[in-house]
Amino acid sequence: MTDRAFAVVRAGALTTVQDGGRPGHAHLGVPRSGALDRPAAALVNRLVGNPSGAAVLETTLNGCALRPRCAVTVAVGGAPSAVTVDGRAVAWGTPVRVPAGALLEVGPALYGVRGYVALSGGVAVEPVLGSRATDLLSGLGPPPLTDGAVLPLGLAPLAHARVDTVPQPGPPRELILRTTPGPRADWFTTAALRTLVTRPYRVSSASNRIGLRTQGPSLERATAGELPSEGMVLGAVQVPPDGSPVVFLADHPTTGGYPVVGVVREQDLTAAAQAVPGTVVRFVGVGGWPGA
Amino acid sequence: MGERALLVEVADGTAAAALHAELLRRRAAGSLQAREIVPAARTVLLDGLPGPDEVRRLATRLPSWEIPPLTARAEDVLELPVRYDGPDLADVAALWGVPVPEVARIHSAAEFRVAFCGFAPGFGYLTGLGGVPEVPRRATPRTAVPAGSVGLAGPYTGVYPRASPGGWQLIGTTRTVLWDHARVPAALLAPGTRVRFVPEAR
Repeated sequence: MTDRAFAVVRAGALTTVQDGGRPGHAHLGVPRSGALDRPAAALVNRLVGNPSGAAVLETTLNGCALRPRCAVTVAVGGAPSAVTVDGRAVAWGTPVRVPAGALLEVGPALYGVRGYVALSGGVAVEPVLGSRATDLLSGLGPPPLTDGAVLPLGLAPLAHARVDTVPQPGPPRELILRTTPGPRADWFTTAALRTLVTRPYRVSSASNRIGLRTQGPSLERATAGELPSEGMVLGAVQVPPDGSPVVFLADHPTTGGYPVVGVVREQDLTAAAQAVPGTVVRFVGVGGWPGA
Repeated sequence: MGERALLVEVADGTAAAALHAELLRRRAAGSLQAREIVPAARTVLLDGLPGPDEVRRLATRLPSWEIPPLTARAEDVLELPVRYDGPDLADVAALWGVPVPEVARIHSAAEFRVAFCGFAPGFGYLTGLGGVPEVPRRATPRTAVPAGSVGLAGPYTGVYPRASPGGWQLIGTTRTVLWDHARVPAALLAPGTRVRFVPEAR
């Protein structure tokens, strides 16, 4: 039990391997993928002394449980949760030494959606196109974790953590998404453009790593007909025929045929990754939003 | 399109192909910094630009660029062997008003070009089929289309790189592996690739 690997004792609702993703391949239909809450993934890596691009685990709502086969340093960040080692409470957001064979348990998110677990050396599954990220749209990268799976770890870094602990974020009340006009804003009525940036929406439970789906007033089109497929970007607010805006996240398709009414600023997508279903969403028009 | 991307719309697919080639040349020459250059039906997306200033600068200057038309080089054609045995062959023949064997002849006589990719890694939208009516998507998509299936939809021919659901009308099958992430290049069908389908004996 001393090989550099860990066993998955409880995979949780959806736990995936994530890193910086695989940008640069969109023209082949390959999504960028990667951690949804980039700053949280970078921070837990820093806490255990890993380079910022090392692969971490991204949990969804209810954490996970792991049993390392070697002694490792672990840090849990992102959505705050209880963390225990062999049943003893340890600190969240702090490097923790886990002995070989001990049980690391990451509890359900107290608030937020996605937790990040960095293990010293990083998750060392085989990279695909330069990334170890699980891409749920295209199926590239390792499959989501399953109970009983064993995943390899990289060599422990020589570097020491540069910070000891991190402040726990407060629960967000509303999700504010600053949005610039999209290339197809003119496909929507003036009233619809105003509706998007003045009326509240809510995060739908159908949201996933591909997109943050919203529920709220539907956006009426000024232009009927079909849009030929065109390139899509992270944060694009696409409006399918039902009129409910979808904000594209890391695993978004690289091309799409529904009009993009706006684009959410990348800095605001971190909060989007942590917004639980039912959270109030406010799109704030910036960058010359029509009529704003 | 946001702070680091620019969606350039042109008249048609031919213009998009020429612009795409020009953008690749400029990136290779170092005068364009873009992480992604994504052609589509009649647009090219530039993403991962250095910042809003560069987005504005390009948006202003790009319309006045001299863009040379695409030139084809015969030796660059990728040949894909196809068994024309798809389940929708008869429907396509009926739509085109030809006997079934004519579908293979017409389809394999055309030279195709990958206009853009999407839907799945390595799935190319190939243009080049002319003189026959466009084939609509199936009213009900199939829940499972086998890897290597050659299908038609609208102006495009596509080959499913792996098994997936799909609504294209299937006319044949290729054994060539279109996507293999362990291979370099992973995708045989990248935008701009010229393709010919070669009928295999049944």
